Amino acid sequence: MKMRTAVLAACLALACPALAVAQDSDTEKAIEKYRQMMKEDPWSNPGLLDADRGEALWKTPRGPNKVSLETCDLGKGPGKVDGAFAELPRYFADAGKVMDLETRLLWCQEKIQGFQHADLIKNPHPGGGQPVKDTGAIATWVANKSSGMKFSAKLDKPQEKEMVALGEALFNRRSGPFDFACTTCHAEAGKRIRLQPLAHLAAPAGAKAVMGEWPAYRVSSTNVMTMQHRLVDCYWQMRLPAPEMGSELTVALISYLTKNAEGGEIAAPGLKR
Amino acid sequence: MKIITIAAAALLAFGTGSAIAQQKKAKAEKKVTVSAAKVDAVIKAGLPAFPAPPEEWQPRLTPDDTMKVCAATHNSPPKAQFQAIEKAEKAKIQYPADNNYMGDWKKGERIAQSGYGLRFTDYPARNPNGGNCYACHQLTQAEVSYGTIGPSLLGYGKLRDFKDSEVKAAYEKIYDSHASFPCSLMPRFGTNKVLSMDQIKDLVALLMAKDSPVNK
Repeated sequence: MKMRTAVLAACLALACPALAVAQDSDTEKAIEKYRQMMKEDPWSNPGLLDADRGEALWKTPRGPNKVSLETCDLGKGPGKVDGAFAELPRYFADAGKVMDLETRLLWCQEKIQGFQHADLIKNPHPGGGQPVKDTGAIATWVANKSSGMKFSAKLDKPQEKEMVALGEALFNRRSGPFDFACTTCHAEAGKRIRLQPLAHLAAPAGAKAVMGEWPAYRVSSTNVMTMQHRLVDCYWQMRLPAPEMGSELTVALISYLTKNAEGGEIAAPGLKR
Repeated sequence: MKIITIAAAALLAFGTGSAIAQQKKAKAEKKVTVSAAKVDAVIKAGLPAFPAPPEEWQPRLTPDDTMKVCAATHNSPPKAQFQAIEKAEKAKIQYPADNNYMGDWKKGERIAQSGYGLRFTDYPARNPNGGNCYACHQLTQAEVSYGTIGPSLLGYGKLRDFKDSEVKAAYEKIYDSHASFPCSLMPRFGTNKVLSMDQIKDLVALLMAKDSPVNK
């Protein structure tokens, strides 16, 4: 508040636009420095605690069937977790569907552990200050096991190609009282909403720069947010209903974004404002 | 002669082979398209109407004719469609009966700051809807937290010599941006009933009043 008053006072005295720009870049620099420090100390990201919890959840017998998820096939064979996230989304013949990581984890918890689908997708994301839910924690761990690798989902099967095309159509679709689409915020480089820089997700350079950071620990909400949860935030802002976790809509958008991010490095969990 | 024939035959064979390879490649890279019906079905299944009554939320899922054109042309409609949108949207604008477009800039500033309204956590409504202008535009020197999706509006009225015609034009732009800029990224605040006529007048005052901080 004090700083804001100081900035205001300075604005009155000086040419403000120049000052505002200087302040923006200072804020950006400070956040970047914070991120850099976090990267230099790989154990400082609080999201890693959720990754640890996710690993324990994966290995612990749970659900009505009292079995662990260690037979879950994330695409590279039952129980194979290393590098699995880097190749998702993909088509799974056993489910007859294209799935992203979180949707696949829902499927495994349902089919292997006997959880009810409706229970898993009811309130699936944490509120501010609450820890990420179980599925999200497992996703954080699985994504972390691809950290340092590059996005390399093939997305070349007909079902996968259709999903990417569907995602692109959804990304461009404008509707609702604000006439918003994903492209309203994410179709141009170098734009901001308030002071927050926006990712140019429609282009490979922009998508590669950010997609590998999800799931991410969000400093503002003090919890890990997964990509499925991040999409809910976008739809909230677009004045549309919340997307259902694991719905075709979410898988299509994630497929499209991951295709754009092909070759981008995975550094999950990332760290966000 | 023989050598030439062989060479020609080889060339022909090679050429044909290459053409087939190219055709195969073209087939492989052929863009997959998804039908509009499929997209609609995925939207309806993926976005369950919640938490307000379906009669308010259901229409949000379907783009109107203008939005269909904008999405299909990546917001750059060709001339004929551009003009058609301009005309159609202009017809949707409702004007104050007394032709007074200027409200209170102080109220306008509050509307410009507020992003409240119509999000799924905003039910039942606790506040009036905001315009969230600062999310995309610079408006006043005092507010340094502004976005850059839209152009800076600093000095908006001053730059237009506070003309009456510009007052009306500002009202029209806020009421229905597509009447001035077809496939603009800006919401149609009046047409889509996000803001009331009085709220739009307050925003016009924020832009056009001589004593508004926008023009200081």
